Amino acid sequence: MAMIRFTVNGEPRSLETEPDRPLLEVLREDLGLTGTKYGCGEGQCRACTVLLEGRPIVSCLTPVQAAAGKKILTIEALAAGGPLHRVQQAFVDEGAMQCGYCTPGMVLRAAALLDQFPKPTEVQILAALDGSLCRCCGYPRILAAVRRAAGMTTEAAYAAR
Amino acid sequence: MQPGDNFEPERFELREGPLYHFEVDRREFFCALGAGVLITCLSSDAVAQTTSPQTANPRTIDARIHVADDGTVTVFSGKVEEGQGARTELAMAAAEELGVPLERVRVQLADTSLTPDDGLTAGSRTTPGTIPAVRQAAAVARGYLDAERKAKTGAPVKAPADWRLLGTGKWRTDARDIVTGAHKYPSDVAREGMLYGCVLRPPAYGATLESVDLDAARKLAGVVAVKDGDFAGCAARTSYAARKAVEALAAGARWQTAPRSSSATLFSDLREKAREKVAPLAGSTHAATFHTAYVQHAPMEPRAAVAEWQDGKLTVWTGTSNPFSVRDALVQAFHITKDKVRVIVPDFGGGCGGKHTGEAAIEAARLAKEAGKPVKVHWTRAEEFMWAYFRPAALIDASAVLNRDGVLEAWQFTNYNSGGAALQTPYRIARKQEKYVACDAPLRQGSYRALASTANNFAREAFMDELAAAAGRDPLDFRMAHLDNERIRAVLTAATERFGWARRRKEKRAPNRGIGVACGMEKNSVVAACVEIEVDPRTLTPRLLEIVEAFECGAILNPANTRSQVEGCILMGLGAALREEIQFENGRLTNGRFSAYKVTRLHDVPPKMEILLLDRRNQPSAGAGETPILAVGPAMANAMFEVTGKRVRSMPLR
Repeated sequence: MAMIRFTVNGEPRSLETEPDRPLLEVLREDLGLTGTKYGCGEGQCRACTVLLEGRPIVSCLTPVQAAAGKKILTIEALAAGGPLHRVQQAFVDEGAMQCGYCTPGMVLRAAALLDQFPKPTEVQILAALDGSLCRCCGYPRILAAVRRAAGMTTEAAYAAR
Repeated sequence: MQPGDNFEPERFELREGPLYHFEVDRREFFCALGAGVLITCLSSDAVAQTTSPQTANPRTIDARIHVADDGTVTVFSGKVEEGQGARTELAMAAAEELGVPLERVRVQLADTSLTPDDGLTAGSRTTPGTIPAVRQAAAVARGYLDAERKAKTGAPVKAPADWRLLGTGKWRTDARDIVTGAHKYPSDVAREGMLYGCVLRPPAYGATLESVDLDAARKLAGVVAVKDGDFAGCAARTSYAARKAVEALAAGARWQTAPRSSSATLFSDLREKAREKVAPLAGSTHAATFHTAYVQHAPMEPRAAVAEWQDGKLTVWTGTSNPFSVRDALVQAFHITKDKVRVIVPDFGGGCGGKHTGEAAIEAARLAKEAGKPVKVHWTRAEEFMWAYFRPAALIDASAVLNRDGVLEAWQFTNYNSGGAALQTPYRIARKQEKYVACDAPLRQGSYRALASTANNFAREAFMDELAAAAGRDPLDFRMAHLDNERIRAVLTAATERFGWARRRKEKRAPNRGIGVACGMEKNSVVAACVEIEVDPRTLTPRLLEIVEAFECGAILNPANTRSQVEGCILMGLGAALREEIQFENGRLTNGRFSAYKVTRLHDVPPKMEILLLDRRNQPSAGAGETPILAVGPAMANAMFEVTGKRVRSMPLR
């Protein structure tokens, strides 16, 4: 057992736990932040995406001790009670969800992309989201949502491919 | 009667138990809802009643609508929401008939204590079965609430020409909760004092537990361990601790195993284990054998359940498309009566036919009973791959008599193992023999999006292309020459015209590129697709560059959702066409993980994808979540022939 201190969604947290527990399980089970989803446990679907120091990571493969002393942002805090983040709003407007289980991970990946590149190219969008799985296969609507959030028209996106 | 009108439920979906006329305590209702009017409406499920005699199970749909004094409307349905759009569609249907805004309608789904038993959510039945019943009940409610008319019966539903809400595009009504992570999926449900469970799994299919030392787990702090028959598992304060406890159990567990078959010999095994032999077609001029692999749904949310016992009553939150059947399974497992079990199904993370069962519910309930506390069981991806069920592999023999005039005179088509859906050819052929033959299957198999119709349509449409080539005809012309069904003709025409089929057939294509066409009919909806693909000359694997798919499911209730379903079907079907194939060896999966079993990814999405929805307001509405999966595989197989000159007779395509 170890005492782990980190900042989650702007709040300092400390908890005593096994240092090799997946960050995903600590978030969901100890902190009640169930917006972060378990999908595969091998970093292959990215449903468990959270932002660690602003960068997207797969929390299923991240031992909690690797997050010690760092800032974590989960889907619950992206809008934080205020208006939706532009990526979230675009997902709502474009109907970019069927079952919606992959949505939090997708939204965080896209939000991190727009933080890094406010005007991403189509190629950058595809690269940022390619590893995120959606088994409803709602990819066309997800792409449309990210393009909308990036202020890109669908015509421009197709022209770039 | 047209082929396909004679709807036959999938044999794997015949899990519905007897029809229960669920009795509800009216006081419970009004406690929950406040004062108002409750309308219950029984209407027959017309299509289900046309099933063949041996499967006939005429049932009624029990629609309930509550209109509170403040005007809030609540629709009760035993159907579930797993991403297919039932919740929004039911709300739209009620709002339309009541003439109230969509926002005023709440939909209570799948709670065995509150909703009627609408059976399994499967087979594209919600749209043609439940929606008409809800519309009827809402129409009656409208009549009842209309003080002028006081008409309590016989209120007519609105004609499609008068629709204001139905027929317009609406997304999920709870989208905000989804994008903020606030929606609670079954795996997110938490109860006071809840423990996390983990189940000891056999090392291989068919292995039985001989002995296990529970003390190895119990000596770990805060661990509850139980063995009951073949079941053994642990519960602890965290998933981590529960896993460690089960690892301790596994270290000392003894299993009895027996040799099992492997995927390398799958298709010869199926032929050997067929329960019936079929004599070859006399005078056949052409014959081919087709294979489709075992594939898995792999929904994003693996099976999950939270179980809580209180005063001998059991409540379970779980993701299943079969809530009442799961309740009955719990009744049976725990030797209690129905009134002691409540199954609640929160909107869950995908199923596509893969969650008709309630394994996690039973496991969580067994552990919770032992622990005396609520327990959550959330399967790992590895468990989901190995211990859920699979879309059955298919071995299909097709043969035909093609005469000198290029006319099909006889047709024989036998599906081994995967099922009878869409077995019947829609093409005009004088002599036909179409048969489904069951086999002793090596894996646990069950429903899947469109189930057997995918394999049957793949084999039929690929074989039709071979016959067209043998007759020296264009694949489209050959199909049309044998096709009377106006609905299939219409989607074929729409897709091929939009794609520019006739022109592009004559054009010279870039190297390694080919085009193909396929169509299909199932569950009273029709589909056709044209594709252009590129074949990697080294690996001979295809990439989809363009698809134009036309789909028609009668009067479209929610075109936005219909389009999403069509897109999702195409891309899910693409995964099975490109790569998906469950591999197993001696009772163990060898690729049961996302790193080895490659489902459709974003980079597989074709650069050009066009969906044409044919809206037929004068036709009854059919479901849209299954049939659109049928065309992409065979269309790509046919396009590969154009490139390589070799017929592709298996899915994955190779």
